[in-house]
Amino acid sequence: MIGLTHYLIVSLVVFALGLFCVLTRRNAIGILMGVELILNSANINYLAFARFGSGNYDGQIFAIFVIMLAAAEAVVGLAIVLGIYQTFRTIDVSATETLRG
Amino acid sequence: MDEPTSVAYLRWIPLLPLLGAALNGVAGAPLQRRFGKGVVTAIACLPVAAAFLLACRAFNDLLALPAAERLLLDRVWTWIDVGALRVDAAFAIDPLAAVMALVVTGVGGLIHVYSAGYMHDEPSYWRYFALLNLFTAMMLILVLADNLLLLFVGWEGVGLCSYALIGFWYANHDNATAGSKAFIVNRIGDFGFTLGMFLLFWTMSAAGHPTLAFRELGANAHVLADATFLGWGAATVITALMFVGATGKSAQIPLYVWLPDAMAGPTPVSALIHAATMVTAGVYLIARLDFLFVMAPATLAVIAWVGALTALLAATIGTVQTDIKKVLAYSTISQLGYMVLALGVAAPAAAVFHLMTHAFFKACLFLGAGSVIFALHHEQDLRRMGGLRAWMPVTYGTFLVSTLAIAGFPPFSGFFSKDEILWKAFSSEQGGVALWFVGWLAAGLTAFYMFRLVFLAFHGDSRIDAQARRHLAESPASMTVPLVVLAAFAVVAGFVGVPAALGGSNRIEHWLAPAFAATTEHGAHHSAALEYGLMALSVGAGLAGLALAHAMYVTGRVSADLFARFGGGVPYRLATNKYYVDEIYQAVFVAGVLRLSRLGAAFDARVVDAAVNGVAAVVRGVSRANGGFDRIVVDGFVDRVADATLLAGGVLRRLQTGSINLYLYAIVAGVVVVMIAKLL
Repeated sequence: MIGLTHYLIVSLVVFALGLFCVLTRRNAIGILMGVELILNSANINYLAFARFGSGNYDGQIFAIFVIMLAAAEAVVGLAIVLGIYQTFRTIDVSATETLRG
Repeated sequence: MDEPTSVAYLRWIPLLPLLGAALNGVAGAPLQRRFGKGVVTAIACLPVAAAFLLACRAFNDLLALPAAERLLLDRVWTWIDVGALRVDAAFAIDPLAAVMALVVTGVGGLIHVYSAGYMHDEPSYWRYFALLNLFTAMMLILVLADNLLLLFVGWEGVGLCSYALIGFWYANHDNATAGSKAFIVNRIGDFGFTLGMFLLFWTMSAAGHPTLAFRELGANAHVLADATFLGWGAATVITALMFVGATGKSAQIPLYVWLPDAMAGPTPVSALIHAATMVTAGVYLIARLDFLFVMAPATLAVIAWVGALTALLAATIGTVQTDIKKVLAYSTISQLGYMVLALGVAAPAAAVFHLMTHAFFKACLFLGAGSVIFALHHEQDLRRMGGLRAWMPVTYGTFLVSTLAIAGFPPFSGFFSKDEILWKAFSSEQGGVALWFVGWLAAGLTAFYMFRLVFLAFHGDSRIDAQARRHLAESPASMTVPLVVLAAFAVVAGFVGVPAALGGSNRIEHWLAPAFAATTEHGAHHSAALEYGLMALSVGAGLAGLALAHAMYVTGRVSADLFARFGGGVPYRLATNKYYVDEIYQAVFVAGVLRLSRLGAAFDARVVDAAVNGVAAVVRGVSRANGGFDRIVVDGFVDRVADATLLAGGVLRRLQTGSINLYLYAIVAGVVVVMIAKLL
């Protein structure tokens, strides 16, 4: 029988993958993808706790909010990536260190 | 006390001329340019005429009342109401004020008409009439004031107008100086007036009667009898101070010096202000406060002697003047001396009687002199006149009539009024033979210098230069008609005061009696024969003066040089130099004040300025120290803070690498740290 623990383990694996992706990628799009993974691991947690925990729909509604937020974040993030590309002719984030103090 | 009859028209007597003055003063210049001088004349003359009619109405209303209740009151508004002091802007008319109001508006009106002719070629015609109207208004406020404070308003107002009109032709520096002199000398008198007023109010308040209204003062004056001030009787001090004010305004010793200089003004002004009305304000003041002065016999004695000596002194100066207006000026001082003498012997009715007759004949004399000056194109020197009667018959006739009046020949008005004064000076309790003698001497001199003037100007050979003689003609009707009217009054005005000894009833004295209720009837009775004898003596003195003048200046039987060389020429030189009074005042007071001012200036420069500069140096030193502290300590602290901030910034900016990965690592590290902290 699959229980809450299984879901949490999956969620943890996805979160770890996302975090690893965010920290190691130099490609801007790769970083954005890592962020998406982190957000989805959070979604898994919401749904798991909604199913096995409180028994109401709060978690599910929050999951939908997060999906919507991820879409908006992707729009903004991709627009920034496009801007970086147009300026630097690359999407390698290590090239964009002109904002250093 | 019964409330006097209240009337509402009284305020219009001073207000109408005031409106005329305002209209001409504000809009006179454009009116004169647009519509000519006729409009200005109408604006000026009509209010005075209306005021005269109102004064007549008031006189008529007074006549209808029983003698003891003859007082009309017009309370306009409450002017001052502070603590115990309550002063109304109120006008009152009693028999005394009625005589004055009629003289001011009547003679004043005639002089307004005369001025229209005399000032016809004057460019600032409107300014002249605005000031003349303002003067009339102020004089009427003075006369009709119900209380001492309002009287003072008029008192100062007429002084101001006098100043402005003496200096009317201000482009000439001498005229401006004469105006200033008149004003300053009057201010010296005013200080006495104000002090007297303060002391009066103070003493009355202390006795429980805080008032300045004449009626209430008169009713409660008895409380002053016991009051003292600095060891003197309060009444004596108050009246002495008031008299100082009167000597300024009425040109008595020692403050008469401004009046001869005041002749710098236009001649109608001299007639109105410096002969008929304003200079009598001092006489009016004393007569108005009669109830106070009778309580101070010491002051009365001083007043009598000041008046008598002024009459004599001014008359002696008058005998040697060569300027036609100066002769009349000294004559005015002399005649004012008579009035003051009458006041001093507690005969205010005689003083007011002489004031009235003098207003007529002296105004007529001044206007006659003005007519001569007008015809001779502003020639005032008697030595360049002569024989004028052939060219100017009306002026000559009126001038002669007025001269007979002032010299005291019966039955002209001056005879009755002057004789009344001399009789009172002789017979009154405060009088005596010495006072009478001085007055009598002055009467003889008056006749002498007046006929000298007439003979030099109108008789004998003409000494007028040919240029002026070609244009010589009688003055226009606007000038001669007032002359004739005034001369007529100079003849008949005396009949209101024919003394009992000559079969008259002395109506003016009975008319004025309610105003002078405090003056007791004199106990001493003299025989009618004595009165006749004194009358004959004074007429004799007049005749002697006339005869001497005739012998000197017409027939030449007595040489004027003989007179001049008398006593080694000393009296003559003294008289021609006006007893050096101006020079003495110049040396003592003016130079003294200047020296004091210079001393003050030196003190100011050496001591006060030095102190100020020292304080400034100290303040500068303190400021410099303060500046140093500010620069070193305060600025230093601020600079160090700024340096530290810069340094910190320089170190911390290195954290901002711009590497996104590094930021992400930092976030994760931070989260891990927080979690660990949480778990612990």
